[in-house]
Amino acid sequence: MPVKNLINTIHDTMWDLMANDERVVVLGEDVGQRGGVFLATKGFLDKFGEERVIDTPLAECSIVGHGIGMALGGLLPICEIQFADFIHPAFNQIVQEAARLRYRSNGDFGCPIVIRAPYGAGVHGGLYHSQSVEALFAHVPGLKIVLPSTPYDAKGLLRAALYDPDPVLYFEHKKCYRGVTGEVPDEDYEVPIGTAAVKREGDVLTVIAYGLMLHHCMDAADRLAAEESINVEVIDPRSVAPMDWECLLGSVAKTSKAMIVIEDNRTLGVGAEISARIGEELFYDLDAPVVRIGGPDIPATPYCKVLEDFFLPTPGQIYDAMLELARY
Amino acid sequence: MSRAEQTRMRHEALGLTNAQALEMHRFMLAARMLDERSWALNRQGKAPFVVSSAGHEACQVGTAYSLMRGSDYFVPYYRDLAVVMVAGLTARDVLLGVYARAEDPCNGGRQMPSHWGCHRLGIISGSSPIATQIPHAAGLAYAIKYRREAGVVMCWFGEGATSEGDWHEALNFAGIHRLPVVFVCENNKYAISVPQSKQMAVATVAERATAYGFEGHHVDGNDVLACYEAAKTAVDKARNGGGPTLIECTTYRYAPHTSDDDDRTYRTREEVKEARRHDPVHRFQAYLKQHNLIDSAELERVTEAIKADLAEAVEYVEQAPYPAVDDALRHVFYER
Ligand SMILES: Cc1ncc(C[n+]2csc(CCOP(=O)(O)OP(=O)(O)O)c2C)c(N)n1
Repeated sequence: MPVKNLINTIHDTMWDLMANDERVVVLGEDVGQRGGVFLATKGFLDKFGEERVIDTPLAECSIVGHGIGMALGGLLPICEIQFADFIHPAFNQIVQEAARLRYRSNGDFGCPIVIRAPYGAGVHGGLYHSQSVEALFAHVPGLKIVLPSTPYDAKGLLRAALYDPDPVLYFEHKKCYRGVTGEVPDEDYEVPIGTAAVKREGDVLTVIAYGLMLHHCMDAADRLAAEESINVEVIDPRSVAPMDWECLLGSVAKTSKAMIVIEDNRTLGVGAEISARIGEELFYDLDAPVVRIGGPDIPATPYCKVLEDFFLPTPGQIYDAMLELARY
Repeated sequence: MSRAEQTRMRHEALGLTNAQALEMHRFMLAARMLDERSWALNRQGKAPFVVSSAGHEACQVGTAYSLMRGSDYFVPYYRDLAVVMVAGLTARDVLLGVYARAEDPCNGGRQMPSHWGCHRLGIISGSSPIATQIPHAAGLAYAIKYRREAGVVMCWFGEGATSEGDWHEALNFAGIHRLPVVFVCENNKYAISVPQSKQMAVATVAERATAYGFEGHHVDGNDVLACYEAAKTAVDKARNGGGPTLIECTTYRYAPHTSDDDDRTYRTREEVKEARRHDPVHRFQAYLKQHNLIDSAELERVTEAIKADLAEAVEYVEQAPYPAVDDALRHVFYER
């Protein structure tokens, strides 16, 4: 099975999806001639032509708004927002239009669009090239939100997103683009949206994380197993909307301890919801308070390396927190 | 040829038969009467919320009538009662929405009245935030062009909507890709209370089209045939690959912005009275009478028929059930 990094997997998957289905178009800033600033659409223009690989004007509201119209006209648009930090002008189109079209029309209209956006810190992007925005959208019924952490999941989730009849936000962690590699089958497959993956089996405690934090948690868990013989179960929810509560809560019921690691600001983030659900449903199963690790309540990581390092949880910090929880 | 004969030629010269001209009139009158009935129901406490189209009938019917029902698309905004009636919604359909009944074809009573949408009729579902539908119209036109279909998209909005980024972004995109879309601005001079002079520093909305690389036309929005002519030309152009057009129709709304508004706080009664002197429904009736397409007796007959239809519709919707409470949980996502 070929081994690929995350961004190449996304590139190849979109390529195959477009090659096999004429309804698929991609639109966004610099997706044409340049092939995307992260090269997710490199070579697409030559292969698929400018009707299908649409270099849009610099207007995010328009990228999503026109994408919605294209979907209404029977196309399957993949809208690229160059960085998640610039998705905010499109917030209205995503939240008020894409997310609510089906509900507001009593099921008469649907909105099958995919919105891809690179997110996350650790790449010296400063305040405006580092944001995690999933919680802003996870609050909105009608949206599906996936965050693939591995190339395998990236491929399966992208196909699932494209053929999902509802709007899907597909957030890609920039630091994982080239830093994370894995095996990717050549054949087509889907990873169903709303299914979590147990990335590492264990019985002492459950750790829930996605994106860059998943990889930090895996590193910390491996070390904990090697050094302390403590087996941590690590779960990647893969989609935060819908969330695979059965998998998450089932694991915590088994291990009796839970820790959630997110890169986003802690307050009212995805971790807060997971923690609340565990508290509501598993109160009698818990052997320790739920531990929640996340960014401080500052807008995103500052540019300067020392300040950026302060923001992001490290594998070392996660290791310490796991050990403490295991011993609780 | 006498002057009268020349004038008689107007609708015929536009390719409209007598029957079509009469149908356009019927749409205008039906919309006006439904609007008046809705206000009456509002004052009786039966219709909690009404958006008026009175005054806009000519620009709505004139433009909408240029589309081909069944293959073209209507992307209206909340004031477009007459547009959606041309598209195929009946008085009963509209009143089901006013009464928020389960059978409301637009949204099953989920949205406030006048939030149109009907897949079957090619009316794209709309929301409340101003101007959000305009990029949808352009994107839809992109899909039509991409799929080599013959359809044309028409999108309506007020002059206030033209201040939103969505509007500029959509016209820009439509211009770049020469999309088969017609943008229709119903300029009634006010966005709730804000006059046009505080909305833009230019004299007309139409002139802005130049900046997006296509034609903008300004027409008398009280003249249904002038509106039809501009729209038909634009639709034919769009269908033949000629790209988008912006049409600005100057009009006026006679009623407050909605039944929740009090327009006496921002415009004088004299101004409204003066505007009513240019009533598009009366004006078209005068045209039809002048050319012997309709007489007083026939007008009376048409009016009575609409009245009877309205009475039947009101009776029907008053009996129609509300949605089941559980329906509130449905259709967040696709239901297999
Ligand atoms: C984004 C947004 N801002 C404000 C409003 C409140 N609002 C509703 S209608 C309206 C005025 C619209 O004026 P115009 O586009 O000229 O249309 P008209 O009502 O005059 O036909 C405003 C401000 C809204 N619905 N959406």
